[in-house]
Amino acid sequence: MTTTLKPATAARAASRQPGPLALALRQGRLELTQFLRSRESVVFTMGFPIIMILIFAAIFDGEIAPGVSFPQYFITGMIAAGLMTVSFQNLGIWIPIERDRGVLKRYRGTPMPKWVYFAGKVIMVVVVGVIETALLLAVSVAVFDLQLPGTATKWLTFGWVSVLGITACTLCGIAISSLARTARSGSAVVTPVALILQFTSGVFFVFTQLPTWMQQVAALFPLKWMCQGLRSVFLPDTFAGQEPGGSYELGRVALVLAAWCVIGLLLCLGTFRWTTRRDG
Amino acid sequence: MDNELAIVARGLRKAYGKNVAVAGVDLEVRQGEVFALLGPNGAGKTTTVEILEGYRRRDAGEVSVLDSDPAAPAANWRNRIGIVLQGVGEFDELSVSELVHHFAGFYADADDPEKVIARVGLADKARARTHTLSGGQKRRLDVALGIIGRPELLFLDEPTTGFDPEARREFWQLIRDLAAAGTTIVLTTHYLDEAEALADRVGVIAGGRLIEVAAPEDLGNRQQAHATVSWRTPEGRTESTESATPTELVTELAARFGGEVPGLTVTRPTLEDIYLQMIGHR
Repeated sequence: MTTTLKPATAARAASRQPGPLALALRQGRLELTQFLRSRESVVFTMGFPIIMILIFAAIFDGEIAPGVSFPQYFITGMIAAGLMTVSFQNLGIWIPIERDRGVLKRYRGTPMPKWVYFAGKVIMVVVVGVIETALLLAVSVAVFDLQLPGTATKWLTFGWVSVLGITACTLCGIAISSLARTARSGSAVVTPVALILQFTSGVFFVFTQLPTWMQQVAALFPLKWMCQGLRSVFLPDTFAGQEPGGSYELGRVALVLAAWCVIGLLLCLGTFRWTTRRDG
Repeated sequence: MDNELAIVARGLRKAYGKNVAVAGVDLEVRQGEVFALLGPNGAGKTTTVEILEGYRRRDAGEVSVLDSDPAAPAANWRNRIGIVLQGVGEFDELSVSELVHHFAGFYADADDPEKVIARVGLADKARARTHTLSGGQKRRLDVALGIIGRPELLFLDEPTTGFDPEARREFWQLIRDLAAAGTTIVLTTHYLDEAEALADRVGVIAGGRLIEVAAPEDLGNRQQAHATVSWRTPEGRTESTESATPTELVTELAARFGGEVPGLTVTRPTLEDIYLQMIGHR
């Protein structure tokens, strides 16, 4: 086999090909632009957790435990559910639409390395997740005196639980996007999964008040552990005794979330489809 | 492998379950030529092209596109080909300019985005969101994204579907310009006049096989086909005769009428006639 690559072309290729980081950042900017310009996704994705916490605060105004108000407990669930919305639901719904429209096919026809597409999604998800969480915290502090974490250690825990959680949910969202056969079925696949996890993982109810079997099922999935990790951040250490394991089990939180990152990544690599089924 | 050939396919096969879409296609496309692939819907055109583009895996056969196997291409391969897909994705929330600039960033040796936008005739739409474009303008945008990387080999899948006649003429000129600059072009089309206007050679695909490859004027022995000579008889009827030697017949008619032959026409089958006859045989 001979090569037809002209030396001049090769030299230009070497000089002008954008680096991996530049490619990822450009893709992230494009994804973010597209997200922010579609007004309904901004309003619903960003507004959902804020509206939910306002409703919760309006319904329940007592204390769960001494010094732990209802909003202080449920903020953890709302943060976790919010992160899951921007990552898992957002991608599980949008990627099938992009696949159906041929956006993915068009990318595959360019020299863009495959991973750049995913990097762009991750950057978009992280930026939107940070903005949405910040808004949620700001509203909560203003409206019902939410107590923000008081120590650097707690902020650090907040950071790693959020990063691991959003990573696991992003990878699972990309993986589940391949289940939808058409653009329209994306939300039909993702929404029930998300709702069931939210109801069983302690987003809408005090987790320990759920039936034990339900707690055990929820413990197989990441959302329960995201909520639990965040409770260690927003609730006093004395509340740890009321957790199912008698403590916040941060080691186990890290382990389960990391395991879901690995599972999600393997599912993505094994099942991701760039074209629709009728495309072959 | 021959460097003069941009594409070589031998014994290309692809089946979807029991349905054989491509049943042994042999194809050669020379560097720098415009090659048109004609065929009815479901003939295997799109499958063949998508195998060449690296979108689909083949079941059997050998394929080389720019000296790479599209199923396992060399690192730089996608930098060297351009694809204009049929009815493909929209980036609703982005403008023409943003999209073309973004795609330019994927290529090592991209063309100037503003120049390409002007070239496809979208200069005054550069700031428009893509969902506000008309069907024809969207196709132009598809073309812009296909040529932004300055490809050596360009695939065009039914590029002028939905164009008005003027836009088609402009588009043809664009293709001729690209071909004149040395770009190899593989075009699938339903329009025979388009193949005739643009292609150096035409391949007719039917039933998953390439049944003929020839210059448009030679397809189906068009040059040798009998001409139809028609004229009006003194009684006012129109008479037609197929003839291998129409000139002789016309001379004879001229003698018979003593000069001008009323209502005289001499026609050879159009490319469309030949094509319909060819695929009708399947």
